[in-house]
Amino acid sequence: MHTKTITQLSAALRSGEVSSVELTSLFLDRIKRHNPALNCFITVTEAEALKAAAAADRRLKAGDVAPLTGVPIAHKDIFCTQGVKTTCASKMLDNFIAPYESTCTAKFAEAGAVMLGKTNMDEFAMGSSNETSYYGAVKNPWDLARVPGGSSGGSVSAVAARLAPAATGTDTGGSIRQPAALCGLTGLKPTYGRVSRFGMIAFASSLDQAGPITYSAEDAALLMNVMAGFDEHDSTSVEREVPDYTAGLDNGIEGLRIGLPKEYFDEGLDDSVARVIDAAVKQYEALGAVVREISLPNTGLAVPTYYVVAPAECSSNLSRFDGVRFGYRCDDPQDLFDLYTRSRGEGFGAEVKRRIMIGAYVLSAGYYDAYYLQAQKIRRLISDDFRAAFESVDVIMGPTSPSTAFRLGEKSDDPVTMYLSDIYTIAVNMAGLPAASIPAGFVDGLPVGLQLIGNYFEESHLLNVAHKYQQATDWHLQMPKEF
Amino acid sequence: MEWEIVIGLEIHTQLATNSKIFSGASTAYGAAPNTQACAVDLGLPGVLPVLNREAVRMAAKFGLAVGARVSPRSVFARKNYFYPDLPKGYQISQFELPVVEGGQLEIQVEGEAARMIGITRAHLEEDAGKSLHEDFHGSTGVDLNRAGTPLLEIVSEPEMRSAKEAVAYMKKIHSLVQYLEICDGNMQEGSFRCDANVSIRPKGQEALGTRSELKNLNSFRFVERAINFEVERQIDVIEGGGEVVQETRLYDSDKDETRSMRSKEEAFDYRYFPDPDLLPLELDEAYIEAVRKTLPELPDEKKARFISELGLAEYEAGVLTASRELADYFEVAARVAGDDAKRTANWVMGDLLGALNKEGKEITESPVTAEMLGAMLQRINDNTISGKIAKQVFDCMWNGEGDADAVIEQKGLKQVTDSGAIEKIIDEIMANNPQQLEQYRAGKDKLFGFFVGQVMQATQGKANPAQVNALLKQKLA
Repeated sequence: MHTKTITQLSAALRSGEVSSVELTSLFLDRIKRHNPALNCFITVTEAEALKAAAAADRRLKAGDVAPLTGVPIAHKDIFCTQGVKTTCASKMLDNFIAPYESTCTAKFAEAGAVMLGKTNMDEFAMGSSNETSYYGAVKNPWDLARVPGGSSGGSVSAVAARLAPAATGTDTGGSIRQPAALCGLTGLKPTYGRVSRFGMIAFASSLDQAGPITYSAEDAALLMNVMAGFDEHDSTSVEREVPDYTAGLDNGIEGLRIGLPKEYFDEGLDDSVARVIDAAVKQYEALGAVVREISLPNTGLAVPTYYVVAPAECSSNLSRFDGVRFGYRCDDPQDLFDLYTRSRGEGFGAEVKRRIMIGAYVLSAGYYDAYYLQAQKIRRLISDDFRAAFESVDVIMGPTSPSTAFRLGEKSDDPVTMYLSDIYTIAVNMAGLPAASIPAGFVDGLPVGLQLIGNYFEESHLLNVAHKYQQATDWHLQMPKEF
Repeated sequence: MEWEIVIGLEIHTQLATNSKIFSGASTAYGAAPNTQACAVDLGLPGVLPVLNREAVRMAAKFGLAVGARVSPRSVFARKNYFYPDLPKGYQISQFELPVVEGGQLEIQVEGEAARMIGITRAHLEEDAGKSLHEDFHGSTGVDLNRAGTPLLEIVSEPEMRSAKEAVAYMKKIHSLVQYLEICDGNMQEGSFRCDANVSIRPKGQEALGTRSELKNLNSFRFVERAINFEVERQIDVIEGGGEVVQETRLYDSDKDETRSMRSKEEAFDYRYFPDPDLLPLELDEAYIEAVRKTLPELPDEKKARFISELGLAEYEAGVLTASRELADYFEVAARVAGDDAKRTANWVMGDLLGALNKEGKEITESPVTAEMLGAMLQRINDNTISGKIAKQVFDCMWNGEGDADAVIEQKGLKQVTDSGAIEKIIDEIMANNPQQLEQYRAGKDKLFGFFVGQVMQATQGKANPAQVNALLKQKLA
């Protein structure tokens, strides 16, 4: 039962083949057994989960069901969950019980989904390997010596090891897609503004976007049906009709115009990963798609630009963690300055501090024009690249990550090398476009992700294109052996 | 050396919305600490601001009232600094692109010609909470009820040349925002606050001198005194061979002096940048026109009308339009009174304002309503009472003894206009005062007043004075 997709579990719950309490208990047991090795959960909400499952069973009996009613799910510990510890994987929030619920998790609860717990992540979502968590690194179920990717590392590790059938993640520069690729899962970052950010602890407000992490595109569509939509509490969420994301999954893709950006296949890309991507593209051609090379000339500027914009926003967003009203406070502060400096100095980890300092620097008087303003201009150029590309293609494809999962500790002393592992995903956030990563094969037993980038609000189309591939292949159904 | 004083004001008006600028929490004043601060106001992790449309409408209204440009596109920015009463570690304000740009206001100092003062900009922002340093035995309490209260910061050009002009400008803005119903103007509760930028330069010099920014000017009197003190201080510094340094100074009203708070070197780098949580504020032509239609008659327009249509003098019209409540009071009273605006003006400015001042009451707290005063004036117009008796009636109304008609009835103050009755009284008085009568008839004209007085006394002032005069003239001849 633990290997089934959400689509299958939903059917099993409705037919009475299994109850939500049984299903929830099954996953809670698996978490107990495997979490010590994987470290993918920060908090497991066993009692609340069983209560929610019992309520879901009543709903199922009464026939008051939505597709996710009774389905267990894990939430990244970046979403505020009322009455439940919400840490963002930081010492700063180790004692923080959220007094309110995020819109995203509230929607899942309303749909009857059962929260199993809160997943580990890079501290404040800053990282690409899940090694910056205050609660320790998360392991990749395909190879426990390797990273799961980040920042949604706990979510992907949990789903890949079948400790949860699906999870939420957030993606600021690749934090859903890159770990999904490294753990062999389907991950979707929706268009900026498609999913409410209310109650999602902000890293970089203009880039952050929540999305689903699942086995299949079909499952992702089911989660999107719950998550997507305008929220009056989020001014940047878009007031636009939400389609049924499952409706067009089976549409034919004959004649689909696929663009391969030549900049995504240059010397930075691992050869073996390139071969997997080539094979996936060939599969699409076999399904009737037409492939052509395109150019996104400003690709090389995406990473440096991102590391101006994202730290700038985070330096301001994280100012509220000051030891005054909630969160970590240093012992015995001598005065206000001491309270601030020690609470923040002791409460934040090294990577978070590095980004706050970069951000404060690029926003400071005399540097603002040269860095922040300049970065905003480049951001427009990056968006323009995509706009031009979508005039001649329907979907852009390429690798999600330049390599497969790297070893724990391999890049943790070298921030720049680490930052470059997001080279193919970051531009998408800069432009606010939707993009998915789907399993496309293996190199030496480690999963490789194919990235699909769509035009604004074309999540349905992306999921359709992904689904057709998954109908023709079974990479997305492969499982790590030990779990 | 003759010095020219240069003053610019930054006025913070608290907008009279029901809820905060970026959250649904109430803005009512005086609640128990931290009971009107929701998750957004507390700056909890994950919360987001949503702009209050009413605050935008009020800002646009102000812009239109001062002939400014209401920007089709303005941007909210974050002003970053750490302080315990600033929950997010930044204040959401407007920086490069404010909602209102350019405008002007005419001010007048008594005895001087009217002058136009430029308004540089007005921008929307959120207020911070309050740090409470007393009552906490060495610690500081923080009350976040005020955090997120909408403010419109109105920045003038450095165009005022005396403390008196600064006060006149501040009073004009104070009156205007109340006319527009966008601010309650309550200075005690901090709804209307002012900072002043003050510098001096040799008369005739173009370049501005180094300025200091004066904070904590929360009354008209303090503004005048703080500026005067600061100007003297700067003159002393320069004439003593020193240099004025750019700094922020706090006005201490107890000592009536300003003292340094922080210098330019200590000034914060606020690291302003556009707030990514809020979209740019876009206002189209149709919106701006719709707001324009809601503008009330403004003080200057009202004043002009009082002069041209009601025949008031410039001074009277100025006093009566100083606040919207007073102007409304006057207009209602004049309408009820009938035709005589001039008499109404005299009564409002004389007896009514006098009585209010004496008891320290606002016009809105007057025990004599505009309707009551108008009805009393009507009784003067229709000769039911004399102007002199009316003072007695007014006092009775002030003391809560009912409206004019009730007082007149109760106290029997109705004017005697029956000439037969008056003649009878005159006859009696003539009979009782033969000596005076003889002297009068012998040419001592001054005694006429004596007879008037006697008649009025005999009628307890109720006889119609004009009638008494006419009849006496006849009889005494």
